[in-house]
Amino acid sequence: MGVSLSKAAQWTTFSPDAGKLKFTPTNQALLKEILSFLERIVSQHPQEADCVFEAPLQWRTTSLAPDPKTDNDISVSTARSHEANSEGALSPPTAHSFSQLSRLIHAAEDKKLEEIQACLEENRNFLVKILGRRFASQLIGDDSDAESLKKDETSDVKSRLMVLLQNTDEQILRELLRDVSDAQYDPDLMKVEMDFLQFCSEGDDRLLKSVRYTSDFEYWNGCRAPPWRQAQGEICYVVIEPMDTERLSVTCCTAGVFLNGGGNPEEDDGCIRTSEIYPDLVTLMKRRSSYFALNLVKEVPYLPSAQRTQLSVSKLHDSRTLEPRWRDLLLSTGGGEEEKKLRRSSAEKKKRLESGTRSKTKPEVIVSSSPARLTSLTKKTSSKATVADFSSETSSKSEEEEEQPERRPKSDFYLSSEFLQIKKLVKYLKKSDQKVTLLVLCCMLDLDLTQESCNLVIRDEGGLKVLLNLLDTNEDECKMGALKILIRMSRCVPIQRSIEDMLGVRSFVNNLDSEVTKVKALAAETIANVANFPRSRRTVRQSGGIEKLIKLLDGFLKSQKKSDNSEDMEAARCGALALWSCSRSTRNKKAICKAGGIPLLGCLLTSSLESMLIPVVGTLQECASEESSRITIQSKDIIQNLVKNLRSDSTDLKIQCSMALFKCAEDKETRDLVRKYKGLKPLVELLNTNNKELLAAASGAIWKCSISSENVVIFQQDKVLESLSRLLTDQPEEVLINVAGALTEFLQIPANKAAIRKCDGIKPMIQLLLRTNQALLVNVTKAVGACATDKENRKIIDELDGISLLWALLQNPNPDVQSSAAWAICPCIDNSKDAMTTVLSFQGFGLILNLLTSTNKEVLVSTCAVIAKLAKYKNILTTLTEYGIVSLLTKLTNTKDDRLRHHLSDAICNCCQHANNVASFGEAGAVEPLVKYMKSEDVLVRQSATMALFQLSWDPNNNLTMLSKGAVKRLIPMIGSTLEEVQEAAACCVRNIRMTAMECRRASRISRPTQEGCQ
Amino acid sequence: MVKQFKPNSSSPFQARMSSTNKKVMQALAETISQKVEHFSKKEVECLIRKFNTLLEAEKHPDSSVPGLDRNRFKDVLHNLFELTDDFILDRVFKVFDKDNDSFVSVEEWIQGLSVFLRGTPDEQIKYCFQVYDLTGSGFITKDEIYLMLKDSLPMEQQDEEDEMNELIEIVLKMMDYDKDGRLSFEDFEKSVKKEDLILEAFGKCLPNFRTKKKFEEQVLEKQQDE
Repeated sequence: MGVSLSKAAQWTTFSPDAGKLKFTPTNQALLKEILSFLERIVSQHPQEADCVFEAPLQWRTTSLAPDPKTDNDISVSTARSHEANSEGALSPPTAHSFSQLSRLIHAAEDKKLEEIQACLEENRNFLVKILGRRFASQLIGDDSDAESLKKDETSDVKSRLMVLLQNTDEQILRELLRDVSDAQYDPDLMKVEMDFLQFCSEGDDRLLKSVRYTSDFEYWNGCRAPPWRQAQGEICYVVIEPMDTERLSVTCCTAGVFLNGGGNPEEDDGCIRTSEIYPDLVTLMKRRSSYFALNLVKEVPYLPSAQRTQLSVSKLHDSRTLEPRWRDLLLSTGGGEEEKKLRRSSAEKKKRLESGTRSKTKPEVIVSSSPARLTSLTKKTSSKATVADFSSETSSKSEEEEEQPERRPKSDFYLSSEFLQIKKLVKYLKKSDQKVTLLVLCCMLDLDLTQESCNLVIRDEGGLKVLLNLLDTNEDECKMGALKILIRMSRCVPIQRSIEDMLGVRSFVNNLDSEVTKVKALAAETIANVANFPRSRRTVRQSGGIEKLIKLLDGFLKSQKKSDNSEDMEAARCGALALWSCSRSTRNKKAICKAGGIPLLGCLLTSSLESMLIPVVGTLQECASEESSRITIQSKDIIQNLVKNLRSDSTDLKIQCSMALFKCAEDKETRDLVRKYKGLKPLVELLNTNNKELLAAASGAIWKCSISSENVVIFQQDKVLESLSRLLTDQPEEVLINVAGALTEFLQIPANKAAIRKCDGIKPMIQLLLRTNQALLVNVTKAVGACATDKENRKIIDELDGISLLWALLQNPNPDVQSSAAWAICPCIDNSKDAMTTVLSFQGFGLILNLLTSTNKEVLVSTCAVIAKLAKYKNILTTLTEYGIVSLLTKLTNTKDDRLRHHLSDAICNCCQHANNVASFGEAGAVEPLVKYMKSEDVLVRQSATMALFQLSWDPNNNLTMLSKGAVKRLIPMIGSTLEEVQEAAACCVRNIRMTAMECRRASRISRPTQEGCQ
Repeated sequence: MVKQFKPNSSSPFQARMSSTNKKVMQALAETISQKVEHFSKKEVECLIRKFNTLLEAEKHPDSSVPGLDRNRFKDVLHNLFELTDDFILDRVFKVFDKDNDSFVSVEEWIQGLSVFLRGTPDEQIKYCFQVYDLTGSGFITKDEIYLMLKDSLPMEQQDEEDEMNELIEIVLKMMDYDKDGRLSFEDFEKSVKKEDLILEAFGKCLPNFRTKKKFEEQVLEKQQDE
């Protein structure tokens, strides 16, 4: 009862002492069961019923009037009851034995259930109270001291009582579980199974030699195990002699069945578990005797285990959705390994079938068949499963592949007629001669090979190996049949892996040399499928497949004069498909380019056949990510054909073409070519599509094309900016990224800055600043930055609180986002000083100064630019100075990057406006590097440095440093600068230096005599 | 029509290729080439010549043979086209021998080869069906399939036979569209159209790519050049 109460009963709270039983059907049933037990125990087991409890059960009664007639033979309790009576109050009723308890409950008449409930609620540890801690702990499941228990003579009655409780517990549980699960093994099921096995051991074609119980005596509860064993959940012991292996001694217990050492169960340690727990006897037999398993499937209509497996599968699914306590219950009542077992059982069945005539399958082999796990297991096990061996050897080497555990066929698939048919066909395939092989192949082609289960079974039955072997024969028909099947099978990912593991890819590549064009085409198509698997792509390349595939293209181009070249065309098409799949690896892209594939692909572009064009453009598109291939693509007039196909009817083709242009237009020549072949307009037309993939590709192509401002002008004839700004909302991120990128390019042209304002494009842009996609953020911030170079636009950005959004992006971990946000902030600063001050007051200072310690150069450059702008405002500069801007900037001065030098000089220049900073920069050592900047070839750097030096020259010490570092020589040419400001700064700076120098000289003249005098 | 050329195609005519005979042969080639679709007149000439060499090699003293007899024909197909299945070769002979006189005449030879080498898919489906329809009943029955496949059974094994029957059941299930338990021409045609490998599923009765190419090169193209 312990388990049923602790697990099955639905308590109101989790606290075990304060719990109340909920009023639920389950609990009502539970209480009724307990009641009937109480009524039964007195009549059926009087001795046990009189066994005195270790501690009395007490509870507050609701209805029970103490009955003077219940004169108990145990005086204590009677006394207490009378006491209570005499006080006139309802004192707690007390029970010292089951007979007493029974009587008390009986007295409650129609409120029996409530009484029991109250009793249970207040005696949650009633087992301990009844039996004492030692027994109770055992009953609950801790069997550590089970042995010592039995020897205790005095506890004999208690022991029997305990068994009684245990059985009741189980019965109650079974009752309660009937709707939920009968996964638990019980004497009834055991009997059914024994009957079935006995039936199996009779007759000429018997499956077993014999089966018998070890004991003929059956207890009242259907168990045959001795009571103290029953206390541990054991039901009976069985000895089974299978046809093909040695005798098995089996223990049936509530958790299932398992092999024991074969000793005498009556003895203490006679029955130690030596195997895993199986759900039932038939499962165990199928596992242990392959003869039994094979023949059971064949001829016996009654499949208890299969049904049970199925049942428990469905139950298992149920149990997942059940409330947790039911799952606990399932687990605690012995289904503990249920799930694991089930998984094993399907894998196991598979293995068993695979093993064919192998006489005995070892359970160790059976662990799991998912390759990912097998790789780690193969070392330990002696598994002969070929797949596993191969994958363990090679998978460690593979670079790119993701390890995905493969799905197993559903267990009911093993019962389907399809499964049996596949099994048969593979069997025929293995042993038939050429003629029948072809017939069998035809039959296999008729199977539904889109089903992963079918494919896996073909593989597991050894069919895949045979199919691959057929490729190495000379029979073209059989080869074609095998290839046709393999094409379909290789769409399934686990099969791709297996093919690679069985070295199938090399066979495919070899067949590309066949003299039969059809075989070549089929082999190429298979490669197209398997090359979705990364490791296979490598194998194709390593076995020279790329060259051979390109030869297929060549063959078609050469055959074009022939009247009937449809087969060659099919081969070329499949070749292109295979190249497309292969070209997903960088090395393969290079290999295709190196083998001269791109010009051939270019020639195929003139085809008018869609099914040919898609893989061809697809391959080109993939190759275009390689810079070296891009050059070839441009030089070959491929662009013209790509542009032409932008107006194809096929969306897929349009996608591939746009993608190709997207990638190629990274280079200026392509952009010009696209313009030349009038490809811009079709791209714009594609923006009206609803296909998101196409939209992403087309907007990408527009983005890259618009890098050339000539193209932007043409785009604007079609009002592309307006179309693009419409695409800033409700689009997938791939589209948004490209649209934002394109807008950035468009906004480089001043006229467009007003245009974007007019078509309300700024608001959605600002909203995109709230996204998290890094690539998107980079492009959007750039676009916003480009917008912000216009004064009117800045106003709108300010109104929309864009500044704080941009500022927040400075905190983004991605340096690209940081820098582009900083660049976007720059133009806004002039316009929105107020907003800036507000933003800065919220931790803004720490943030921007933090960026100055970044390791990313672009971040540093952009931050310097921001600081240069910020420092123009006095109060901001004051705060910046307080934050130590001087030393931070000075630390950066030792750089060779001209852009950083430029913006850094600007920043230093502007920071000098704060009184003490001039001297501070000098003390920190900023002057010397700045003088060095004057040597830079970059005019901008020299100009900025001049301005900075001019500011610094207000401090005499700085001037001395400048003088000693030869600044004057470099400043003088700057006086001839084109910028008046710079001219003036350079001139003033020289003047300041000179002044200081003169003063110094004067000072030294004065001081010299003193010095001399001292000496 | 066929009959009237038969005497001409007998062996003395082919034995000595005089210039007059050449003319006769050209006339013959002319007539035959009008009847077959896939060969030009020149090619027909080549095939006639090949036929004559095949007959000549037989060295018939009585010189009254009207054509290739069964064994000779089977040898020829075996040597030229690597067809090995004796049972099927018998059937191929039957199909070639349209007039059922146990000889394949020169016209039957060329007409047969027209389908055999260059037949359209439809022609070849018809041809193969004829080969497999052992009794000429218009249906391929279960028993006929069994007969065609039984040579593939390893010897002395009872259970193999059961397996073969199981396989035939599967094949029938796959191909028997009208569910009458046997394969009609329509069933066969439909199956082949769905999966062209079924065309020769019951036994090889067409040349493979290599032998076809070899034959075309050796007999048709080479002799054309002469």
